Amino acid sequence: MIELRKVNKVYEDGTHVLKDIDLLFESGKINVLIGPSGCGKTTTMRLLNRLTEHTGGEIFIDEKNIADFNPIELRRHMGYVIQSIGLFPHMTIYDNVATVPRLLKWDKSKIDKRVNELLELVNLNPEQYKKRYPSELSGGQQQRIGVARALAAEPATILMDEPFSALDPISRDQLQNELVRLQEDIQKTIIFVTHDMDEALKIADQIILMKDGRVVQKGTPREILTNPANDFVREFIGEERLKTAEPLPSLSNFIDPTIQAIHLSESKESVIKKLMEQQCFTYPLVDETNQFLGQLSLQKIMNESSVHLEDFVDPSVQALTTDQDIEDVLEYLEKHKHHSLPVVDNENMFVGMIDMKELFRSVRSVYGKRGGN
Amino acid sequence: MELLTELMQYIMNNQSELLALTVEHILLVIYGVVLAFIVGVPLAILAVKIPRLAPVILSVANILQNVPSLAMLAILMLYFGLGNTAVIIGLFFYSLLPIIRNTYVGLQEVSGSLLDAGKGVGMNSFQLLTKVQIPLSLPFIVAGLRVAAVIAVGVASIAPYIGGGGLGKEIVSGIAQRSDIKILAGAIPAALLAILADYLLGFVEKYTKKRTA
Repeated sequence: MIELRKVNKVYEDGTHVLKDIDLLFESGKINVLIGPSGCGKTTTMRLLNRLTEHTGGEIFIDEKNIADFNPIELRRHMGYVIQSIGLFPHMTIYDNVATVPRLLKWDKSKIDKRVNELLELVNLNPEQYKKRYPSELSGGQQQRIGVARALAAEPATILMDEPFSALDPISRDQLQNELVRLQEDIQKTIIFVTHDMDEALKIADQIILMKDGRVVQKGTPREILTNPANDFVREFIGEERLKTAEPLPSLSNFIDPTIQAIHLSESKESVIKKLMEQQCFTYPLVDETNQFLGQLSLQKIMNESSVHLEDFVDPSVQALTTDQDIEDVLEYLEKHKHHSLPVVDNENMFVGMIDMKELFRSVRSVYGKRGGN
Repeated sequence: MELLTELMQYIMNNQSELLALTVEHILLVIYGVVLAFIVGVPLAILAVKIPRLAPVILSVANILQNVPSLAMLAILMLYFGLGNTAVIIGLFFYSLLPIIRNTYVGLQEVSGSLLDAGKGVGMNSFQLLTKVQIPLSLPFIVAGLRVAAVIAVGVASIAPYIGGGGLGKEIVSGIAQRSDIKILAGAIPAALLAILADYLLGFVEKYTKKRTA
């Protein structure tokens, strides 16, 4: 875990490029720093391996202040990937990947083994590529080598500075997918700089949007898309992407108005009659203040001799609340094979039953729109 | 035609002596250039690492280069006496500029992002120099050696004026004896040496270029 507390960077000529940056990069997550050029995203990343030194605030890696590390040692334990020109052109693929293990003075057999392992990890046949030079590889292959080199000494953290920006769209797409897939295995703390919003949305666990040396907004891609902090964020994301990310409407829009709750004071006979008429097996029960008491079960009414309506409540049915996320609701419905569920508000007041038809129609229209883009 | 057969005849008859002069000529050049390489490359590195020193180092080398060769050798003779020592020191001075200037340019040409990559993976400044900067400036350094070697072969030809050896001896004595044959027997191998040095080092330069592209 990496933490930045009130970090500032002022250059000698007085330019204040980073202003009070507070950030948290959680372990095992892909954190994407994004923003227009000159926003300080690359500088922020370079502070972490001390290629640039901060002038105010503190940076901690696993609770240890990075000012206490030897910068050379720090860098050897942190992967670093830059644009494709970052491979050493005078070294073979083997030598490039082996750079850090050699600096760490691993023995030869261990390095051999590790290089083979890494080339396979990035989908390049070791025997075929080991002895080649970077210029003999395509841009996409070169960048795979760049990633392999960064992973060589098993660093916990990997810094990636616009690693895919020089690639053609197809290779870029492929490498993004591979990075996400790879991350599932390796679980590194990745700090990734880009100016490409699509890339950020695709790979990020956390997006940090910066402007003029400040963090404008941070959050998951979904949070940023559904809740942009201001016009700048809105503009940076682009109207097109925002449209495709419209949140699903809230649960209160899917209440079936035809179903009224049964009042506690009603008689057993009238309830049975009502259920028969409506062809329902279950019905919501409320007290005189409209507090939700539970779902009446027709089966229980028929089988039990009690005259109190409370005794016929099916305890397995939980009510949903109006502020629940629709996606959670869908998951719940799927898991419990319910066809309809009661909805209550935060004070447990009965709101109504979910109208399943309406819900599915709405979901279909939203996803249809997303698929169309 | 007659001249050519005469020349061949002369060369055959004086084979061992001419060969010895050629070897001496080559050695003079090698000593001078290698010495300049040993001194010049560190000076170039110093110029890159301490930018304030760069103009000083480069202009001193430049001034040395601009002194006329005969004048330079004559002055050196005053201090080091007659003989090959003064010649080698002269060749050393002449080779400094091409080597320093090319190495300096080569080191500066290494792209900033590669330096970043080197630092980023945790190289210290010495490792950065030996593993990245110098290997990548090799084509430039070899080009410097190539220029230096060609110049040195030429300057070494006037070594006999200050008591040095090499193929110049044959040329100078040819001039003194007004012998066309002797002049050609010295001048042709000297010219061939210059061409050969240019060709061989050009080949090395091309090879290193391919490896650093």
